[in-house]
Amino acid sequence: MKFIDEYRQHDLARILADKIAGLTDRPLKIMEVCGGHTHTIFKYGIEDMLPPNVEMIHGPGCPVCVIPLGRVDDAISIAKQPGVIFTTFGDAMRVPGSKTSLLDAKAGGADVRMVYSPLDALKIAKKNPDRHVVFFALGFETTSPSTAMTILQAAKEGAENFSVFCNHIMIVPALKALLDSPDLQLDGFLGPGHVSTVIGTRCYDFVPQEYGKPIAVSGFEPLDVLQSVYLVVKQIVEGRAEVENQYGRVVERNGNRRALEALSEVFEPRDYFEWRGLGSIAHSGMKLRRKYAAFDAELKFSVPGLRIADPKACQCGEILKGVKRPWECKVFGTACTPETPIGSCMVSSEGACAAYYNFGRLSKVAERSLANAR
Amino acid sequence: MTDKFTPSPLFERVERVRRRKPRVRDEFITLAHGSGGKAMHELIEGLFLEYLRNPLLEKLEDQAVFEINGTPPRLAFTTDSYVVDPIFFPGGDIGELAVNGTVNDLAMSGARPLYLSAGFILEEGFAIADLKRILESMRAAANRAGVEIVTGDTKVVQKGSADKIFINTSGVGVIERPVNISASRAEAGDKVILSGTIGDHGTTIMIARGELELETEIESDTAPLNSLVEDMLDEAARLGEADAIHSLRDPTRGGVATTLNEIALSSEVCIRIYEARIPVREEVKGACEILGLDPLYVANEGKLLAVVSSGVAEALVAQMRENPYGRDACIIGEVKDEPPGIVAMVTGFGGTRIVDMLVGEQLPRIC
Repeated sequence: MKFIDEYRQHDLARILADKIAGLTDRPLKIMEVCGGHTHTIFKYGIEDMLPPNVEMIHGPGCPVCVIPLGRVDDAISIAKQPGVIFTTFGDAMRVPGSKTSLLDAKAGGADVRMVYSPLDALKIAKKNPDRHVVFFALGFETTSPSTAMTILQAAKEGAENFSVFCNHIMIVPALKALLDSPDLQLDGFLGPGHVSTVIGTRCYDFVPQEYGKPIAVSGFEPLDVLQSVYLVVKQIVEGRAEVENQYGRVVERNGNRRALEALSEVFEPRDYFEWRGLGSIAHSGMKLRRKYAAFDAELKFSVPGLRIADPKACQCGEILKGVKRPWECKVFGTACTPETPIGSCMVSSEGACAAYYNFGRLSKVAERSLANAR
Repeated sequence: MTDKFTPSPLFERVERVRRRKPRVRDEFITLAHGSGGKAMHELIEGLFLEYLRNPLLEKLEDQAVFEINGTPPRLAFTTDSYVVDPIFFPGGDIGELAVNGTVNDLAMSGARPLYLSAGFILEEGFAIADLKRILESMRAAANRAGVEIVTGDTKVVQKGSADKIFINTSGVGVIERPVNISASRAEAGDKVILSGTIGDHGTTIMIARGELELETEIESDTAPLNSLVEDMLDEAARLGEADAIHSLRDPTRGGVATTLNEIALSSEVCIRIYEARIPVREEVKGACEILGLDPLYVANEGKLLAVVSSGVAEALVAQMRENPYGRDACIIGEVKDEPPGIVAMVTGFGGTRIVDMLVGEQLPRIC
């Protein structure tokens, strides 16, 4: 396929992998912050191609994975209110709350519908004037601009039966929290691609400047990821720490002005927002500004709003920080599987545990032996 | 090179759980139970089989094969219900699907399909003109497949109690050849044949729902595969290897990935496929890329997967390509001993990864 297959070429991948291997024998830990990269790494078997000294650590950039149990419970309680049509992205349907998921709520009679965009949710609101439509807004700056645009559109149209349950989060505070975490030892980062189309690369300057770590903003095709790993390893070997932009075909240094304007028009930072596994991070979540309060589901509906601790057995927190690897969690693959996930990392295909379970379950060594036996 | 596989403790831990007796823990039926993936397997093995168990059902093939009073010929018997939404879609409709689907389930045992039944559940208010259109295409599909619809049933339910029209078809066929085709017969050394492009049907339905405002020219691949199976069996017999076709399945819900997993688990073998060899239409690839779907898990309604002795694989593929429904047939992989129960894929990118069964639901009501 044009503009896709070019980024999946086997021969180029081999060359890049060899170049990475040629740079250094030093053991290095590089974190891909974004869940999209985690998915690519497993789907294409990139771990297999990297030299054994370069280890990828899978970061917290999977929005479904970092939403805390309490917020899922709140979403379910809104979905169950009479007259509500609750709309959500598909991958949030199966995320377990403290007791049930949205999928269970749907089976139990709640009107939960999957949408591909918040604008679709607004359309549903227009078609059902006697119902109230709530959109479950999730995600980093990749998805928040479309929520913002939808709210602006709803305001323009005077839609009275539409609101948003806002759980949007920001990547930079999370990255800072990670870098400040004492149990974390990383040598470099792959920066998120699609988030950066919105926020630009400038906002990562603190990573090299304040923490002395290299970062390369990366695209999502397998060659993008490999090339970004190469850029980061090369920086380390050459003793540099900079922000590099591998995804120049869509990411600009200053980001997307219109998207940023829409974001700041509609949203303001929350004082604190709870992240699953990472705890409460200051100014990391977004809420609707007072001007758009009419569209804020949190003000329209009373929700339990409880903070609920993760199940004891679940080690999503350590996994999201990259301190533990998925298979080091006691319940991985036994009590916690994609069919019956305990932790959120097992739900989304961008979660490290689900990716490892679905694609990488053969140990690295075993995979190699399979590939070699051809 | 050796193919010896030493399972890591992690691998063993997961496999132990994976082989555990399926249990239904859910309190309610969710859409995932109908997806063709893991939840559906749990429902079938953990519930239906527990209550209705008998030696024929226990095999969990797509059809039951038996003799009456132990006297040949062997008969094949199957049933399937159709709830596709929308009922009319590019390349076919619910009626054509209902005939082809049951014909194919019979053909996958090596049977010659003979007679079908058709049961209709109609919603109050459904247009007679639409019913006529559906019956016309059922007649045409039955003619094409060489079967007759010889018995039927009609029920009408109140508006809202069903969505427009649901159709159930059952079918019987006769197995006249000395074949023994089963998902449990794949052996190390066998080759895996795929009869054509994947993902056409599921992608068509997704787009036909119009929720995505995509415009493409993809059509459903719904087709009767009995003539293709006949050609394969003829060719195998001609080569003096009548029993060389070990497993046949049509990868409908859950797609190629799920069907290969069923065969790998049932035969306790490893199936290794090569991504680069699997034919996918450009339009399907593009649509799946946008929708975040993996064509390996998307439904087909006119394709088959065959596991055959390696000696006859090339000849079978050549023969299949002569048939209009097998024009893009190719060998996509092979069967290995280890690790058992696993489908592994060498990606086009050069890595190797596991291809597991579908979890959750990709698209509801595709057939």
